[in-house]
Parts: sequence; structure tokens; C-alpha cells
Amino acid sequence: MKINVNVNVNGQDVSEEVEPRTLLVDFIREKMKLTGTHVGCDTTQCGACTIHLDGVAIKSCTILAVQAHNRSITTIEGISKNDELHPMQISFKENHGLQCGFCTPGMVMAGIDIRRRKPTIEEDELRLELEGNICRCTGYHNIVKSILNAKM
Amino acid sequence: MYEFQYHKASSINEVKEKISSLNDPKIMAGGMTLIPTMKQRLAAPSDIIDLSNINELKGISKEKGFIIIGAMTTHFEVHTSELVKKEIPSLAFLAGLIGDPMVRHRGTIGGSVANSDPSADYPSSVISLGAKIITDKREIESDEFFIDLFETALDDDEIILSLKFPIPNKSAYMKFPQPASRYALVGVFISDTKEGIRVGITGAGPCAFRSKEIEKALSKNFTESAIENVNIPSENLNSDIHASAEYRAHLVKVMAKRAIKKLS
Ligand SMILES: Cc1cc2nc3c(=O)[nH]c(=O)nc-3n(C[C@H](O)[C@H](O)[C@H](O)COP(=O)(O)OP(=O)(O)OC[C@H]3O[C@@H](n4cnc5c(N)ncnc54)[C@H](O)[C@@H]3O)c2cc1C
Ligand code: FES
Ligand code: FES
Repeated sequence: MKINVNVNVNGQDVSEEVEPRTLLVDFIREKMKLTGTHVGCDTTQCGACTIHLDGVAIKSCTILAVQAHNRSITTIEGISKNDELHPMQISFKENHGLQCGFCTPGMVMAGIDIRRRKPTIEEDELRLELEGNICRCTGYHNIVKSILNAKM
Repeated sequence: MYEFQYHKASSINEVKEKISSLNDPKIMAGGMTLIPTMKQRLAAPSDIIDLSNINELKGISKEKGFIIIGAMTTHFEVHTSELVKKEIPSLAFLAGLIGDPMVRHRGTIGGSVANSDPSADYPSSVISLGAKIITDKREIESDEFFIDLFETALDDDEIILSLKFPIPNKSAYMKFPQPASRYALVGVFISDTKEGIRVGITGAGPCAFRSKEIEKALSKNFTESAIENVNIPSENLNSDIHASAEYRAHLVKVMAKRAIKKLS
């Protein structure tokens, strides 16, 4: 039996019918056609699917779409304002914080959340905070640099 | 994932009604264990009863020598709680070692304890601090709670409401994380409580347990060197590709020493 979900996606109210087993990430990618949020694993470990639920970073592959009912989500598509990149995105660009880019949406969303919670975080702690975001390309150095240096 | 029906309960009574009337329901807390298990089709409940709207299951308070933590309190909330940091800092520290920030934002203490994963962190603290598990039916002593791999004293339809931690004189947790998953390969929680020294071990056996051997040694002499001559039997410990039973037994002593060091 399908259930109605009302959810605010990147500032826009959306109302859709979903099966209870629909994961939020599938709702985002397939219903909303917002394909910036990626799926990199089946085990809640990689963080490619990281989004913000009411402003807090979560893994959208491990929550049901129906659980976002009456709540707000922000995806990678929702962080830039008036065609200007978000400061975290600018920092990834300037610090060469990505290679293939697959992990990047999740890294950027996690990075924004980390700096929101810990504005003056230092490198050692930041590396621990990135525990749940896996990158197969960069070796993390430039991701760490990007998050530390984002002007937010 | 197999199909299921979804219900969002707004009170414990509603959860109980649903549990008794539905075919094969499962309650969902943070979903950080349950959803991955359902994705792999290792669990196929007919119905999911979501606890996330039940406010009486959330929050942290202090009452007559106890810290009481609602079952639906997230790892992030325990980690950052000023009250927990002040009264049982080792517990706040432990919560900050679980998984990663996104997992900590959703995963809950009730879900973790109910799950009794052999390498979960919280069970060691529940055992060591001598916490009581408060359910909709009764209060369960920590020594009676963890029974085996993913098995607890909870009945199928029983709901954890909160955990009641006695405030110790002092306590410390040390974890040797499994390098890939960061779950505890071995975790040792040592508490100096009103009832004496209590030591909870996780990661090493099928479920969290007390190390009477270390407790005895530390009761006589609360120093790192007291642990040196303790014999940790490895017969009933876990052995897998990550670590043999003997290595886990060894790690129990190493982590216990590090916990003592932290306390002195
Ligand atoms: C990537 C990743 C890394 C992790 N790393 C760690 C780690 O390092 N250390 C660690 O300890 N854990 C770790 N976990 C597990 C995490 O802590 C989970 O949050 C926890 O084990 C389950 O809590 P939950 O709230 O998500 O419960 P759920 O997944 O919702 O539920 C788990 C089980 O408990 C039952 N349940 C839930 N709440 C109650 C209740 N109130 N009463 C009775 N039964 C209940 C459910 O029916 C289900 O069977 C990790 C998880 C992930 C995905
Ligand atoms: S896709 Fe969500 S953590 Fe990997
Ligand atoms: S840039 Fe390729 S996975 Fe991170």
C-alpha cells in the first residue's frame, strides 16, 4: 500500500505517493530526478548518499522516504544560491578536492555539516569526522584541505 | 527489500497495540542496523513500527544518583550531552566512537542495546556501570540482559523505554577498533562503582560480558600492573578473519591497561 509523503526538498514542498520500502535516496534520485546524491554501497559505509535532514547530515540510503514526512531535506543540488557555488564547493574546486567526483556530493554535504558543528575544527579531528565518507581516488589529503579551508 | 506496511506510533500504548495485532512486526529506532539488514533481505518483517515520534522515549535526565537515557536518544545526543559529559564522561566518549557522524545522528542507545551485536560499544558500558534496562514490562539488571549473539533477555514484544545508569565514582572506556568497520574488535569499560569495580568487555565474546578476573585483580590493586598477571581464558572468545580468540584475549588485557591508565 502506497503512502503519501509531504517533504520539503531544497526549499520546495513536494507531495508524492511512495511504497513504504522506498529508500529516501531512491526517492531523491528516481522521483525527484536529483541524481547528484549517489549510491556507493549496500552497507551504510561509504557516505556517497549523504544529505541533510532538517539541516543535519544523514545517509539517505539508510532511511525510508516515508520517514522524511513533514520534514525538510537538502541535497547537493540545493546548496548553491542564485547560481553561485556554495563556499564548500568553491573550496573543493580550489583545493582540487575531487578526482572522479563520485564521492564528492557526499563529501561536500558531510563537510558542511562538520563545519556547522565544529567551525574551528583542526586536521586530526576532521579526519576522524570523515570516518563515514569513503573516497577511492584522492587519498583524502585534498578533501581534508578543502573542508578546512572552506570560507563558511 | 521485501514489502512491508509502515506505521508511525505516537505513544508506547500504540506500539503495544500494534505489536499484538500485527502478523510479524518489528519496531524501528534509528534503523542503522535494521534497514541494512532488511536491504540484504536478512530480515523481512510484515510491518515496521517507527518509534521516532514518541517523545517519552527521548532525552537525558539526572535522578537520585542515576543518569537516565531514553531509548530513542541518539549516539550524537549522548556524545554531546553536557549532563553525560559531566556525570559519566566515559559514556559520552564511547558514544562519540560509534560509527561515523551520520550514523550517530540516527542510531539510538535503545536500538544498540536491544540488538546485542557482539562488537557494539554500548553493551560494555551497560554491564560495567551496572545499568538497569527499563522496559514496558519490567526493569532488567545488566548482568541478566545480554544472553548471546544478537540475543537478549527481552521478550519478542518487549520495548526498551530507557537505560538507567548509576553514576560511578569514575569510569573509562578503551576500544580497539576493527580497522575497516570501526566496530569494537575489543572494547573494555572499567567502572569504580558503589558496588565495587566492574569490568564490561565487548567485541571479544558472543555478547558483552563481565571480566570477573580483571575485577578481582583491580579490587586488590587498582593499577595497570595488577592486570599483567591476570589470565583471560580464550576458549569461549570469538575467532574470525579479523582476530583469533587468543589475540582477542590479549587485547582485553591491553585495553584494560589503557583504560586504567586513563583513569590515573
Ligand atoms: C556504518 C555503521 C557503523 C557502525 N559502527 C558502530 C560502532 O562502531 N559501534 C557500535 O556499537 N555500533 C555501530 N553501528 C551500529 C549503530 O550503533 C546502530 O545505531 C545500532 O546498533 C542500532 O541502533 P538503531 O537505533 O539504529 O536501531 P535499529 O536499527 O532501528 O534497530 C535495531 C534492533 O533493535 C530493535 N529495537 C530498536 N529499538 C528498540 C527498543 N526501544 N526496544 C526494543 N527493541 C528495539 C529493533 O527492532 C531491531 O531489531 C554502526 C552502524 C553502521 C551502519
Ligand atoms: S550509499 Fe549510503 S552509505 Fe553508501
Ligand atoms: S574523487 Fe573519486 S571517489 Fe572520491
